[in-house]
Amino acid sequence: MKIAKIIAVVLLVAFVGIQFVPTERNQSDVVPKTDFMLVNSVPDHIKSKLQTSCYDCHSNNTQYPWYNKVQPIAWFLEDHIKKGKAELNFNEWDSLSNRRKKSKLRSIIKQIESGEMPMASYTLIHTEATFSEEETQKVVKYMENLKDSL
Amino acid sequence: MKQLKLTLGIVAIAFITLTAVSCKENKNEHNNADGHHDTDKTEHNEMMGNDEMGNSDKMMSNNNQDAKAEVIIKDYFELKNALVSDDTKKAADAGKTLVASLKAFDSSKYTAEQQSELNDIFEDAIEHAEHIAESAMDHQREHFKILSKDITDMIAITGTENTLYQQFCPMYDGGSAWLSMSEDIKNPYYGSKMLSCGKVQKEIN
Repeated sequence: MKIAKIIAVVLLVAFVGIQFVPTERNQSDVVPKTDFMLVNSVPDHIKSKLQTSCYDCHSNNTQYPWYNKVQPIAWFLEDHIKKGKAELNFNEWDSLSNRRKKSKLRSIIKQIESGEMPMASYTLIHTEATFSEEETQKVVKYMENLKDSL
Repeated sequence: MKQLKLTLGIVAIAFITLTAVSCKENKNEHNNADGHHDTDKTEHNEMMGNDEMGNSDKMMSNNNQDAKAEVIIKDYFELKNALVSDDTKKAADAGKTLVASLKAFDSSKYTAEQQSELNDIFEDAIEHAEHIAESAMDHQREHFKILSKDITDMIAITGTENTLYQQFCPMYDGGSAWLSMSEDIKNPYYGSKMLSCGKVQKEIN
């Protein structure tokens, strides 16, 4: 019993302790001129879908959930956002060459069609980020057209 | 006893916090280390003059060829062959080698216009090769498709000393091309499932 108590205290203290480890925050008020929405004429319904489903990890500005400051969740988020932005950052869209835009669009289409994106760990909490069949169709169609226009 | 407990607790927090922090740092270092491909390069040299490319020596021409482009082409074939034989691990290794040879390319002898085109191609190709190095077979094949286009476009600028065949499979992803050293069809998109699906589309050189 005593040991259980000690362990509980240690865990609690450790949990409190890691709260003091700082994390990088992915937040910015500025939408750069190179943003996907600014350089392409994106219909509103697709705009809002991309915003809710993609921009948290694929842009410079994350709408953090309430628990974002709680470690170790914050680390988990930080890691995902970092990787997501490295793969694709919608804010920097227009800095890519046409060849790379096409590559990215192909990947976007494949990821959405196969349901790999948005990630399950994300849609678990952000249920509104899930793509319905109709939304998938519309977004894929839009991306296909954009790819063919390049 | 109470004091012991307290000390123990404090030591534990300090330890856990430090471990957590250092773990993270280690991971970053590790990522950086991955960025270097020196080791790959040596491995790469050893592999030179291997199987399929063995005949490149005897076909050497006197044109002003680009040796670094030839290395890239050789690595591309290494990758293609791995996909033909359904070997994910080998394809991943070939992808890694290809990243290194793409990065080693020197475009300085080309015109400004060609340079910008080449840089563009390589930026794209490197990304695909990197993905191939860390993906499962179906993803490797998706990236291989676009990589094939990049390499074909590169060859249009750099030229090559060998005769290559652009081959085409109408079934994979709405029709997909690849390059081969041999006229025989060995389909890298389906491997053993449909090895002979495809046709020669174009002869290069």
